[in-house]
Order: sequence, then structure tokens, then C-alpha cells
Amino acid sequence: MSVQPWLPIAELAAGVQSGKLKAVELVEQAIKTMEDKKDYDAIIAILYERARARAHQVDQMASSGQQIGRLAGVPFIAKDNFLVYGAETTAASNILKGFTAPYQATAIERLEAEGAICVAKANLDAFAHGSSTENSDFFTTKNPYDKSRVPGGSSGGSATAVALQMAPFATGTDTGSSVRLPAAFCGVVGLKPTYGLVSRSGVVAMASSLDVIGPLTRTVEDAALVLDVMAGKDDLDSTTIERDTQSYTELSLDLKGKKIGVLEEYMDENVEAGVRKTILDAIEKLKAAGAEISEISIPSMPLSLAVYYILCPAEVSSNLSRYDGQRYGYSYDQAKNLDESYSNSRGRGFGKEAKRRIMIGTYVLSSGYYDAYYKRAQTVRTKLIKEFEAAFAKVDFMLGAVSPTPPFKIGEKTKDPLQMYLADLFMVGANLVGIPSVSIPAGMSDGLPVGLQLMAPQKADRQLLGLAKATEAVLA
Amino acid sequence: MAKLTREDVLKLARLSRLELTEAEIDEFRGELSEILQYVEQLQGVDVSDLKPTNQVTGLTNVFRKDEIRDYGYQPAELLKNVPQVQADRIKVKRMVV
Repeated sequence: MSVQPWLPIAELAAGVQSGKLKAVELVEQAIKTMEDKKDYDAIIAILYERARARAHQVDQMASSGQQIGRLAGVPFIAKDNFLVYGAETTAASNILKGFTAPYQATAIERLEAEGAICVAKANLDAFAHGSSTENSDFFTTKNPYDKSRVPGGSSGGSATAVALQMAPFATGTDTGSSVRLPAAFCGVVGLKPTYGLVSRSGVVAMASSLDVIGPLTRTVEDAALVLDVMAGKDDLDSTTIERDTQSYTELSLDLKGKKIGVLEEYMDENVEAGVRKTILDAIEKLKAAGAEISEISIPSMPLSLAVYYILCPAEVSSNLSRYDGQRYGYSYDQAKNLDESYSNSRGRGFGKEAKRRIMIGTYVLSSGYYDAYYKRAQTVRTKLIKEFEAAFAKVDFMLGAVSPTPPFKIGEKTKDPLQMYLADLFMVGANLVGIPSVSIPAGMSDGLPVGLQLMAPQKADRQLLGLAKATEAVLA
Repeated sequence: MAKLTREDVLKLARLSRLELTEAEIDEFRGELSEILQYVEQLQGVDVSDLKPTNQVTGLTNVFRKDEIRDYGYQPAELLKNVPQVQADRIKVKRMVV
């Protein structure tokens, strides 16, 4: 995968602002790389006209001395569940094929306001339901290090695109692993911020008590800058929280005396030997740099996936009820009446994984089962929150593997949905308790990337990024 | 232990407004049963003295003024995505059979 690497995002933006670099050329570089690497199937659509027009506009602003912004002329790729004004937004699903976004996601709005240019929409598991992009209704994205393997999911198109230098950064969404797993499998940085830190307005909803938006980048520094642009309250998403008053790019890099707990449950016997060794080596380097490493436990962690696979489908079944074939999206025109039109359109428009989750969700929310499944899962969620609080009273951060295995083979888990779900085992905890978590490259094992997961308490995103950047430096 | 019957799957499909093929009914019966059996491990967990969590960052009701705001959405553009339009309205199939 020899490709021309991009400069750091801040340098690209400064170059465009000063006129040393041209946005038009950056956009053409992105387009050429996407076309050259088309066989990886990372991209659903390249936004040729829109991107070229905006690049032209940015260059004109720069040459007339106007202040553009911190992402001036920087190309980026949006996961195809972000509404980008005027562009087709499918969430990689047949039911949304042909849907043109009549408005724009707040996150995209904020990136563009700082001069960034959306050059393409990236592939994902349809509606972000999956861990490999194999649930995309269109095609499966290939891993940048081994085309016979998956890139992870659901933001697999975004991760492969960033790894192959198609753009300096891409956006992702993370409901249970979807930014961090593909970041780990593709050897890039993937940040899942605190719940509510980035507005979800204009992003196709999956499970609203868990969904967050995060960047995929090549470095922690780039991730911090993109987060800083996207973060903060938004009237259009009432779950958003106050951002840090300090910039997320102002990072403390001191590792000395930092208390880091190695999460036992994320380093257990299920972790493959090569992954384990890579993580243990990283821990040794952190120790040598002065970090205080200890072991820590979240005893209920093994239950987290069961909690997740009740709450997530329950919320999915609710959010996906809006795809009814009447107002937008696929509609079966031979239906005899309205009720059949709903069932026919949804039955033919949704892929298998969406149907599975809708039906599981309907089951756990139905009267008679609600208390035993949904309410119980919400209560075990409280138990997890309390255990995380107790752990963070002892340590500043926690650390573990992102995934128990390296990237798996395409087709390896598609016959068994439960096995596919288990790929998320080490990641859903952060979503259930709302804390920030980041995957950074820890090294390689047998020619495949291994991700290191770092976690911090809620709203400590800036501190987490500082630790991640310092860790990135000691691992380099 | 949840072991779904064919009738259970049909009922869920009906509640979810999902038309399924015969092959899907068979396939989902096995897969959904397996997933439900997996999540049933929560049944044995001691949750006495704990309340369910509905919101993780501690937000309670978030209010805004009940007033119309202009977001600049163009009706014509919104209607472009509608499968069937008649006289600027969304056309649906008959409701009463």
C-alpha cells in the first residue's frame, strides 16, 4: 500500500490559507487516490462536482486574503450515514438508495465552516449494524493490509480510506465499536468521544442512548483537531453536553505518575497471542516512560455484550420504524393498501441484519418481556456504571486490547450472527457507560495491525487525547 | 429459555411490519433464538437496590421555546425524496380495506 502521505491537518490548512498549497490540488490528490484504490471498495460515491466547486471557492478566499478556518481546504470523507447537503446518503442500505440529503448534519456543517471539503461518502455496514462492512447492502470493503480480510466495522470504509491516504481524515459513528474496531483493524487512530460531546443531528440514528460521532485519522493530533471543530452543544440534538472550555488540541503529554489500569477483562485468555504480546510490549514502554501501571477489574464486564444486544436492538427497532416506504426511501409500489405497503417496503428494503435487530428489539420491548429483558438490561447498565466509577476512583485511565483477534477473514463470521457480535466484546462497555475511548495503533502482529484501547472517565476527552498522543510517541 | 416457534417469528414480523420470505422465517427462527439465549445470561444477575439507567450523562428534561424556527428547508427539495407525490402532498395507499 505505497501511497503519498498527507501532511498533518493543521499544516495542510495553514498551507492553503497562505496560498502555498491549493485546495484544488488537495482535492485532486484525494480523488486520484480514491480512483487508484477503487478495488478496496472503501467508497460509495465520490462527490466530484461538489468538492471541486468548494475547493475553487476556498482557493479564491485564500487568494483574496480572507480568513478561512482551521481546516482550510482539507479534504475529508464522510461515512455514508452523515447527511451531506445535496449528496446521496444511503447508510449503505437499499432502503435509502437514491435519498438526497435535503439538509446537512451539524458535524459536517461545523467541519465545512472551518474550510474542510467533503470529497466522498464511505462504505459501512448498512445502518452501521456490524463489525466488518459485510452487512453493507452494496459491497464489502477490503482491509488495507490484506484484501482477503475485513477492515472492521461499521466505519470500515472510513478506516480503509484513511489508511490508504484517500483523505487526511474521515468521520465515523460508534454505537458499540464502530469507530474503534475499524481503526484497530486498519492501523489508524479512531476516537469515540464522551456521549453527547458531538451533535448527532443529521446522522442516521442507530441506537440513540449509545450513538456517538468520532474522527478517524492517522495521528492523535489530527483527531484532536477534528474533535475540537465538531464538539459542543447543538440546539438540534438535545443530548449534547457542554464542551471543555479549553481546546481539545491543548494536550498534556506527561506520562510520569499517570495512573493507568490494565483492564483484566480486556486482556483475558480470549485475547489472541500476537495481539496480547503487542499490547504487553506497549505497556512495558509506558512503564519505562514513567506511567504507573496497575491491574484493574470491572467484574461485570463479561455481561456488557448481553446488555448491549438488548438495548441496541431495542433502540434500533424504534429508530428504524421511520423507514416506512411513504415519505422517503424504497417503496414497493404493488402493495394493495397502506399496511401492506409498510410490510412490503420494509421487508424488501431492509437487509438481513437490520431485520434481525428490528425483530430482537421488538421482542425485548414487547409487553410481558419488557421487564425481563429491556428493564433488566438498563439495570445491569447501572451496575456497570458503578463499577467503572469505582475503577476510575483508583486510576486516571484504563487500557486494554480493542479486539481479542486480528482482522478476520471475509466470510469467516457471516454465517453466525452471534460470533460477529462477539467481535465487539471489548468495546461496548465504553458506549454503555458513556465514557471516551480511543484506539491507537499499538504495532503489528503477523503483518496485521493491532489496536490499543485507552479509556478515560466521562468528559475527560482532552486528558485521554493527551495520554494517547504521549503513548503514540513512546510506541513510535 | 427462549426458543422461538415459527408462529413467534411471524408475530414479531407482523409487529415490526416486515414481510419475510419462507427461507428468512426458518433462518431467523434459529438465529434469533440463539441471540436471545445469549442475552438471557442477565437473568441471574443480582440487581437488587439498583435502578435502571436511561441517560448516561445525567441530563434530565431539556426544553426549548415552542416556536417555529426557519431552518431553510425547501418543501420542493424535501418532496423530491417522496416516492409518490400528488399536488405537493405525499400520496399513500388506501388505509381502510
